Amino acid sequence: MLEITNLHATVADKPILNGVSLNVPAGEVHAIMGPNGSGKSTLAYVLAGRPGYAVSEGGATFDGRDLLAMEPHERAAAGLFLGFQYPVEIPGVSMLQFVREALNTQRRARGEAELSGAEFIKLAREQAKLLGMNAEMLKRPVNVGFSGGEKKRAEMVQMGIMQPKFAVLDETDSGLDIDALKSVGAGINRIMRGPDKGVLLITHYQRLLDYVEPDKVHVLNAGRIVRSGGPELAKELEREGYVEAAA
Amino acid sequence: MTAPFPTRKQEEWRYADLDALRPVWQQFAEPLTLTVGPGESFEKIWLPGDEDVLVRRVQIALEAGAKARIYVLNAASEYGRTELEVSLAEGADFELFGANIGTGLSTNEIVTNVRHVGVGGRSRQTVRSVLNGKATGSYLGKVEVARGAQQTDAEQSVKAMLLDRGATANCKPELEIFADDVKCAHGASVGELDAMQLFYAESRGLDPASARALLLEGFVMGLWDSAKDADAIGEAAREALRRVVG
Repeated sequence: MLEITNLHATVADKPILNGVSLNVPAGEVHAIMGPNGSGKSTLAYVLAGRPGYAVSEGGATFDGRDLLAMEPHERAAAGLFLGFQYPVEIPGVSMLQFVREALNTQRRARGEAELSGAEFIKLAREQAKLLGMNAEMLKRPVNVGFSGGEKKRAEMVQMGIMQPKFAVLDETDSGLDIDALKSVGAGINRIMRGPDKGVLLITHYQRLLDYVEPDKVHVLNAGRIVRSGGPELAKELEREGYVEAAA
Repeated sequence: MTAPFPTRKQEEWRYADLDALRPVWQQFAEPLTLTVGPGESFEKIWLPGDEDVLVRRVQIALEAGAKARIYVLNAASEYGRTELEVSLAEGADFELFGANIGTGLSTNEIVTNVRHVGVGGRSRQTVRSVLNGKATGSYLGKVEVARGAQQTDAEQSVKAMLLDRGATANCKPELEIFADDVKCAHGASVGELDAMQLFYAESRGLDPASARALLLEGFVMGLWDSAKDADAIGEAAREALRRVVG
């Protein structure tokens, strides 16, 4: 489903990714763990197409298509979702309006019918409820005045509304208390667990993986994957730290 | 007798399009005047018209405890000017929410002179400009606080978004304070669209043109949040933005 081959990337001419290879088949959840500065967020941004993140070598395909040749909005229409580590505030635009326009633009690009206002509001309310977010927050400007935890929940509500094929979740667990962690974990399982879906879960800590059990765990260090294993690898990392485990 | 035709040496006409003004000056030489009586409220929404040149010059006297709230959208294709002279008696309250949306060679400006005369008056002025091409958008806002007008609370917030290198924004808040127990705040910024907001919107599926349009809409639309009926001015603002974003 998502196949990354020998990916090299630079930010402001500084090499950050130095040959990442990774294959996430449909139906699987893979976790990427690694210390600060190992390139985890860069990998997420490169996959989503953030300007300024230049690929110097290697490539990535999504469902057999050349992912890196697509614009960010084309990647979204193809079914890729990036959950931001720091969700962005957009004053003056309500979350309802933002997500509805985004979803309908995606649907148009895929040749699907747009959702009407009423259909969309029903869907948005359902997803907010499932994630434990007050539906009134949907009327507020995107992420403005939301706490750190509310922003992460709101990201998951957006993911639930958009039903992507593949989600790259960049430290979705940071800033969450235990209750929020549980409901976000349950949300990821509910929205993204399926035979034709996939997830790349980027995290520092093992604790989210108690709720979303990965099929594989990879350790990223200095822009390369230095180890891969099953879910037990996350526990080993938690016990022994990255330096030991990566050695 | 009509007032003499203005010159650019007068501060309040410094950025005006005087050539566009000349043919219509007769109609606007005398400002409209209106008085809001003690404790009364006044709310007005001014929309752009079909005219290439649209000038509004209004003097408002707010008597004790009176309130006025003005919403204005300047989006003339040639020259739009909204000029307000407001005086606030004791405990009066004045709010202005204004936008300049301009394209091509247009000049749109909001020029205010808010005079706090009585004790405990409050004024809020919020102006947003979105400009492309070689358009000019200005806010010249003078706040005067008279000697006896203690506990005045005045605020000016001015932001402009320039979409092309040739566009110009002028922001000039001016304070003249003769009382010592007052609060007068002002902030101004001129910027471009935020790259991270654009990427966030695009990563959720909006194409670049739609993302820009949505962000600009947010920048302006927040102005009408408190209006009783914002439908018409909201629609006019969207229409003006469509012309600017292309």
